[in-house]
Amino acid sequence: MKRIAIALLVLGLSACVSHNVYFPAAAVEKGADRIIADVWSLKDKAKEKK
Amino acid sequence: MKTFFARLLTLFLLSGALNAYAVSEREFNTPGINVVKARMQARHGQLQAYYNSGAVGLNLDGTIELRDEASVPLVFRRKLAALVDAENQDRETLYGEISNAYAHPEWRVEVREVFAKRWLKHAHRGWWIMSDHGWIQK
Repeated sequence: MKRIAIALLVLGLSACVSHNVYFPAAAVEKGADRIIADVWSLKDKAKEKK
Repeated sequence: MKTFFARLLTLFLLSGALNAYAVSEREFNTPGINVVKARMQARHGQLQAYYNSGAVGLNLDGTIELRDEASVPLVFRRKLAALVDAENQDRETLYGEISNAYAHPEWRVEVREVFAKRWLKHAHRGWWIMSDHGWIQK
């Protein structure tokens, strides 16, 4: 069990390192949606009135 | 021991999710991005009518294009062409700013690809978008 925990730890740490090695398509898509909504003002106008 | 295993796994998943969220939050809120975004927001006020009329359409590559110049009164044509150019330049800057925020300038290509798809997806009904078979009205 301890070995599995260590393996997981290594896996987790390596995931942290590799985090920025692969293009984060999902995160960029989310960010793109937010920017597009802002630029095209797709948000509800109520927010702007505040 | 099983609970320890489960807790460890949960911790990893949670930290991974939080990390991804924090990164995307930070990466899309840099001063550079916000400056371009503000310019594009302001410009959209002028461009919107031309998207609606079909004078300007959305390309497959994340740019916009003057697709029906004839529909624009002569006096506005030069101004509109400049607007389209400025918008395309800002979009390119935006893609660059985002890839820089990730400290991966070479991701500009991928960022552009993602944006190209999302612009088309969010295009309003009635706007003209490019497809594999040419211009279509959404």
